[in-house]
Amino acid sequence: MASEEQISAIKGAKVLMVGAGGIGCELLKTLALSGFQDIHIIDMDTIEVSNLNRQFLFRQSHVGQSKAKVARDAVLRFRPNISITPYHANVKESRFNVDFYKEFDVVLNGLDNLDARRHVNRLCLAADVPLVESGTTGFLGQVTVHLKGKTECYECQAKPAPKTYPVCTITSTPSKFVHCIVWAKDLLFAKLFGDKNLENDLNVRSSDATNLSEHSEDVFECRKGEDIEQYGRRIYDHVFGHNIEVALSNEETWKNRNKPCAIYSKDVFPDKLTKENGKTEKGSTTEDVSAMASLGLKNPQDVWSLAENSRVFYESLRLFFSKRQKEIGNLTFDKDDQLAVEFVTAAANIRASSFGIPLHSLFEAKGIAGNIVHAVATTNAIIAGLIVIEAIKVLKKDSNNYRMTYCLEHPSKKLLLMPVEPYEPNKSCYVCSETPLSLEVNTHHSKLRDFVEKIVKAKLGMNFPVIMSGASIIYEVGEDLEEDMVAIYAANLEKVKFFFPCSKNIKTINMNLFSFLQNVGLESTGIFLLHFSSLNYFT
Amino acid sequence: MDGEELTEQETALYDRQIRVWGADAQRRLSKSHILVCGLKGTVAEFCKNIVLAGVGSVTLVDDRVVTDESLPANFLILPHENHYNGKTLAEVCCDSLKEFNPMVDVAVETGDISTFGVEFFEKFDAVIISCCSLGKKKLINQKCRKLSKRVAFYTVECRGSCGEMFVDLQDYKYSKKKLEETIECQIEYPSFEEAISVPWRALPRRVSKLYFAMRVIEQFEDVEGRNPGETSIADRLGVLKLRKELCETNSLDESQIPDALLERLLTDTREFPPVCAIIGGILGQEVIKAISGKGDPLKNFFFFDAMDGKGLIEDISGPSTRS
Repeated sequence: MASEEQISAIKGAKVLMVGAGGIGCELLKTLALSGFQDIHIIDMDTIEVSNLNRQFLFRQSHVGQSKAKVARDAVLRFRPNISITPYHANVKESRFNVDFYKEFDVVLNGLDNLDARRHVNRLCLAADVPLVESGTTGFLGQVTVHLKGKTECYECQAKPAPKTYPVCTITSTPSKFVHCIVWAKDLLFAKLFGDKNLENDLNVRSSDATNLSEHSEDVFECRKGEDIEQYGRRIYDHVFGHNIEVALSNEETWKNRNKPCAIYSKDVFPDKLTKENGKTEKGSTTEDVSAMASLGLKNPQDVWSLAENSRVFYESLRLFFSKRQKEIGNLTFDKDDQLAVEFVTAAANIRASSFGIPLHSLFEAKGIAGNIVHAVATTNAIIAGLIVIEAIKVLKKDSNNYRMTYCLEHPSKKLLLMPVEPYEPNKSCYVCSETPLSLEVNTHHSKLRDFVEKIVKAKLGMNFPVIMSGASIIYEVGEDLEEDMVAIYAANLEKVKFFFPCSKNIKTINMNLFSFLQNVGLESTGIFLLHFSSLNYFT
Repeated sequence: MDGEELTEQETALYDRQIRVWGADAQRRLSKSHILVCGLKGTVAEFCKNIVLAGVGSVTLVDDRVVTDESLPANFLILPHENHYNGKTLAEVCCDSLKEFNPMVDVAVETGDISTFGVEFFEKFDAVIISCCSLGKKKLINQKCRKLSKRVAFYTVECRGSCGEMFVDLQDYKYSKKKLEETIECQIEYPSFEEAISVPWRALPRRVSKLYFAMRVIEQFEDVEGRNPGETSIADRLGVLKLRKELCETNSLDESQIPDALLERLLTDTREFPPVCAIIGGILGQEVIKAISGKGDPLKNFFFFDAMDGKGLIEDISGPSTRS
């Protein structure tokens, strides 16, 4: 392995790393130790305390600083003579274009989201630069190699999309704790503390026309002369009491389901609350504001009772309104906002209690609400080692030995690290294949806007499309567009018959669709054939 | 379960890993004491992993003075003359490791631990040795086994693109999740001496060739009185001769220990950093599992060869300890 050929291939290589987090720290260290001398690294994040259990290049004193820059400094300490160029930036920025990627011999990803991975995949294909992809969760991990034309690209196999739940499950018939979390976070928290102009399904099925004089929008606004305790009780009673009773009145819903119980504050707290919340808050700064601290609840791993959850509900509500008044109306849920996590945990647990769903600790609730990925140092270290081994094969053009490697939690046929030969490209992959896509469009009803939003952006994932019909650009998105062009494109979006055929008798239109930054379709696919559903178009 | 709760600081720092192995396991880790002997690249990786994981203490043993030779695969050594001049490997690594997690006690122990009494080893929950002669491995393993307290024993060796790890958990009871339940399991491990004494012809046919190759080199170093890791391509003929003898004694066909494999191991004697990261990672996971008492432990050898990319487990044990 330590042949002359290998040593010089490594020495002369220019490597791009995307991500300086869990995998990134381990990877940068291993690359440096392995003799790599020219490494570029992109990461837009700053360092947080929860990173320090595995991102070992960072220290407590670095919290808040750029991951890419601190990682570089840390590695230079034990390899002072190599070149590491950090970019504290989003990999989706336009300066990281095809020409930027073409400079590199190999690209190594250490990312944690699908969107960025797709972006890098497309740019590597456009630049024809090999890509080594990877990912870890807990004890599981994998490393995959992608070479244009030779192996699958990252998108050849569909990747699972993030889980979403039907609206009615969230608003009316939750059966799992996660449904309660989504309700508490995306509906209740958003309604009380977020942008009031945004649509919110909170009262969608709960207010029938029973009481027309009570405007459902006003329920969540604080009333004149109402103190925070009264407000708190009123909200509590509305969402956990009244709304449940209204739902119960619809017998059909509960035919085959367990009925929820309405919960009212007077049943949980007959007395005034302010007496019980006698403890003074620990600190006066925003960071210290915490309902748990104020109530003396010490352990985030404890599962609170209904009464304790209710206390946390009131106390967090009170603290938001008394200590963080200015932020109300602008808040979005952030897993690192302790008070927000406390509120969402409490609200989700009370709702769960109502529906007979088991309650969860703050620790567990935070993980669900924040989509926290559990992570340890060892898996990242193993994956980083495997990435470097593949990267070296790529540099040596040792194509017969490229492998996808899976790190398993439980061995399969004695194997804990399982290498598999890469697959050939998927011929119907719209990202990397030569096959044109075929779309059916109803030209009487579909506007260009529908096509752009539902197909181009949502399905094809092109964020900066340029759409040409024949030789004219009928729509584009980009920086530096002139105002009159922007207006023309906006008008085009509303058009129904948005294609201009060259000949009246043809039934298919060649349409060039390419993404300015991602180059999907420009060099390979380029042409989407549209088969029109209505034959009348041409008469 | 111990009565002490994790501190706020620990909960914040270890959040992501507590989500993997739970608060109870984290508590056990924080009370554990690890002894590490032989600080080359792989062991440096391992130490980094367990310090980050939050063990109670790590005691480092390696009296070899740091030289330029030590630098390549060991990221704990900073190449400034002032940093390492005259210091031992243990001292330099200790300073670096402390930085990774101030809550872990990292200390140095000097001397040849094979001369230490059995009571010395009683302080520890796990002992990891590397760069050790065959004799020393057996001796330390025995000392661990003599104690009434169970002390987990591990050895690691990496040569070029290959790595080997051995585990001895003696009589080990642990819990694991099966479907929705938690079940109790028990495994008996052979000592290192017992394992390598298993006649080669008694082993399953598909056993990794790397196992045999490592035994040949190990024997060669033992017989010739070489320091561990000092055998090189210059010894090729001697090693091949020993292979022939061992295969004859064991009724094993010489093709089971290919020339090419032995030559690779003799040529690339230095550690290869990606392999250090992989073996150090697997070892870290195993020690964490053994201390927390959760999850299937590896039994009893692990091999990695970057040439084929496989990381596999081999159960090399006699009939009484075969699982």
